[in-house]
Amino acid sequence: MTPLLARRLLFVTGKGGVGKTTVAAALGLLAAEQGKRTLVCEVEPKGDLSVAYECGPTPFQGRQVSPGLTAMSMDTEASLREYLKLIARVPVVGRIGPVASAFDFVATAAPGIREILTIGKLCYEVRERHYDLVVVDASATGQVVGQLAAPIGINELVKVGIVRTQTGWMLDILRNPEITGAVIVTTPEEMPVSEAVDLSARIAEETPVKLASVIANRVLPELFGTREEEIFESMAAPPVTKALAEELDVDVDALTSVFSAARLAVTIRRDGAAHLERLRAGIAESVPLLYLPYLFGRAHGARAIRQVARLLGEEL
Amino acid sequence: MSPTRQRAKAGTGAGTAAGTDASGGQNPRREEGLSAAMSSPTALELEQLVAAKEVMVACGPGGVGKTTTAAALAATIAARIGGRVLVLTVDPAKRLADALGIKGIGNEATRVPTEAFERAGIRPKGELHAAMLDMSESWDALVRRHAPNKSTADQIISNPLYQNISRRFSQGHDYIAMERLFELHEDGDYDLLVVDTPPSRNAIDLLDAPARMQEFFSSRLLRWLTVPYRSRFVNMASRPFYQVADRILGSQLLQDLADFFILLQTMREGFVARADAVGRLLRDPRTTFLVVTTLEAVPGREASEMKAALAERHLHLGLLVCNRVLPSLLIDPAAARAADRLAESAASIGERLAPELTAAGEAVAPEVVGRVVEEVAHSFSNFRLVANREAELLRELSAAHDVSVTVPYQPGHVTDLAGLLRMGAGIWQDEPDGESPDTRAPGRARPSASRSRRT
Ligand SMILES: Nc1ncnc2c1ncn2[C@@H]1O[C@H](COP(=O)(O)OP(=O)(O)OP(=O)(O)O)[C@@H](O)[C@H]1O
Ligand SMILES: Nc1ncnc2c1ncn2[C@@H]1O[C@H](COP(=O)(O)OP(=O)(O)OP(=O)(O)O)[C@@H](O)[C@H]1O
Ligand SMILES: [Mg+2]
Ligand SMILES: [Mg+2]
Repeated sequence: MTPLLARRLLFVTGKGGVGKTTVAAALGLLAAEQGKRTLVCEVEPKGDLSVAYECGPTPFQGRQVSPGLTAMSMDTEASLREYLKLIARVPVVGRIGPVASAFDFVATAAPGIREILTIGKLCYEVRERHYDLVVVDASATGQVVGQLAAPIGINELVKVGIVRTQTGWMLDILRNPEITGAVIVTTPEEMPVSEAVDLSARIAEETPVKLASVIANRVLPELFGTREEEIFESMAAPPVTKALAEELDVDVDALTSVFSAARLAVTIRRDGAAHLERLRAGIAESVPLLYLPYLFGRAHGARAIRQVARLLGEEL
Repeated sequence: MSPTRQRAKAGTGAGTAAGTDASGGQNPRREEGLSAAMSSPTALELEQLVAAKEVMVACGPGGVGKTTTAAALAATIAARIGGRVLVLTVDPAKRLADALGIKGIGNEATRVPTEAFERAGIRPKGELHAAMLDMSESWDALVRRHAPNKSTADQIISNPLYQNISRRFSQGHDYIAMERLFELHEDGDYDLLVVDTPPSRNAIDLLDAPARMQEFFSSRLLRWLTVPYRSRFVNMASRPFYQVADRILGSQLLQDLADFFILLQTMREGFVARADAVGRLLRDPRTTFLVVTTLEAVPGREASEMKAALAERHLHLGLLVCNRVLPSLLIDPAAARAADRLAESAASIGERLAPELTAAGEAVAPEVVGRVVEEVAHSFSNFRLVANREAELLRELSAAHDVSVTVPYQPGHVTDLAGLLRMGAGIWQDEPDGESPDTRAPGRARPSASRSRRT
């Protein structure tokens, strides 16, 4: 398989809240540090990317975050405008306000219109070689399949018109696994893993894009091996704990609390491990599964992104 | 909708409903249904809330446990207070759906058998029913209700654009959840409806869904879009749009869209009136909202926005549920000191304990024991960091708030009725099945001094 960052277009997706923005921002940073001209694009313009990089607003036109790294937010109206100007060569004079709001509405009803503007803009950046790598902080599970599949679907809906003639080159980019890949982010929990498994199947069946990697985020460290756990359990036995508390000159209840906390950590970790096994079994064997540890310290902002980029660099 | 609608409250809870309606009347302390175990302020608060309300809407950020909390509350209320309780879930995790006996397709409600409660060690006072929201079935039902005749309804339902809207329009999903709630409330088959809400991109959208639906149908835009196809006279304002859209999309798609919107307009009056009624139900004193969140930065921020949005719209916030909270023992300074002492003395503990452990079983090296001790101490300080952040967020979130409750992280997740009831017991601030106290969360309910009950 092509190494992840050797591709040109990566869609980072997964259930809401699993760490898509964190991973996308870190992948972008990592690529830029490797000397690639990199664009990171947030598809849902919530401003999370600007929080991740602590860099101020990231407009459609893009904002330079660091040398070689640009961040932008998708805006379908701006994309439409650019599209009309650059590709359709339709002159747009002044504000397209009312047109845009009508368009917005039509786009909600007609499948694929909004999606094609999103995908089209991203493919366009790849085609024009403005960047070596475009990392997309894509939509969550619910919408991403529709977005990735839009260039296929639109052909069925739109029988004539410029949109239809524009899908061919997009599909060439999206279908090529050396150029384009999807990255599913998940966490070691029930719903995120179930969604990740379903999503990997749907991406394979319904979209032109191939799955490049799955990233299990927020993975707790393993505290003990089996023998160590036995040792732990003997220490946690009340008489041993009591003696230990006396030796350390601490309150026995306090020490018992410390042991309870360790037991809780072991339980949460074990729950998660079962879900990770389900994840491994549920995705194609050829797809690499990467792990990112749970960050106990502050997990958002530029410092955390640098840390995740470093960890990802080690995993890749 | 009359405010004095009869409650069909059956069973033990029945007698109490009348005294505690939303008019703010004092609740005469209940003779029954309020066991000694429920004497904490929250238990009383919750009892009052349940007695005064007919609808509870669980809302909040994605993935925090809305569905689980809604189910846990409904099960616990059915078990402890009684009455016919329905939980309407949206997209429950598979094992939860199985646990509730939800078939996975269709809007049909099923009753959770009494035996299931008994297997979980509880004799329920009332009935728990569970249903799942089937988006497309609910949409179809809505169209059938409001279309002028069957053939129009059929035409709309078979239109590919309709299929698309009804399946993907996420704001539409918000509306459908509220619409279905309204319908169930109108039917009056249940004493209490506990409603889960869809994971929407923005939780606040949910509150505005009825108003939006009304706006949509009343909008000039809708009429304006269909103008060129209804009359030969093409209004000037619509020209640039059609010119541009024609070139990009082709006229066929535009024609299809216009046809569809013309069909939609036939339902306008019914839809608008209905959306208005749905909005009124959300504002009704018998309705309350539960904001569910975890104590993580992003969900916490969304939850506090949600609270503000409720207040702004004069909607009643019944309870703030902070879910999956780490236990308070993690922020205990004495425990922190014990962990520090462990870390300092790991090597000597290893030296001392290794022979003892070897004598009791297999041979073990002092370094291995030392490492276990270090791991325990290290893990404690890691989790303490997280627990401290949670505690901080909890203080911020519940500062100006009526009632809030924390639900501990439940190892193994909540996937069966026993788990739901255990979670409910956590909300009620007691642990009937004797769960070890050290896995309990800090959350005492904190009814604030200035309680603002809405009238
Ligand atoms: N490895 C990690 N350890 C601990 N916390 C993490 C980790 N990765 C992400 N987080 C935290 O999880 C939260 C969600 O992360 P993020 O915003 O990246 O998710 P997302 O999938 O983009 O969410 P959304 O669906 O809302 O866009 C953030 O608060 C982030 O700080
Ligand atoms: N107190 C808890 N302790 C441990 N796990 C929990 C707890 N509450 C919920 N969960 C688990 O968290 C996951 C998400 O819960 P749930 O599906 O109820 O969230 P939700 O808010 O409805 O999500 P969505 O926004 O996707 O609908 C489930 O796997 C559930 O079992
Ligand atoms: Mg994000
Ligand atoms: Mg849910």
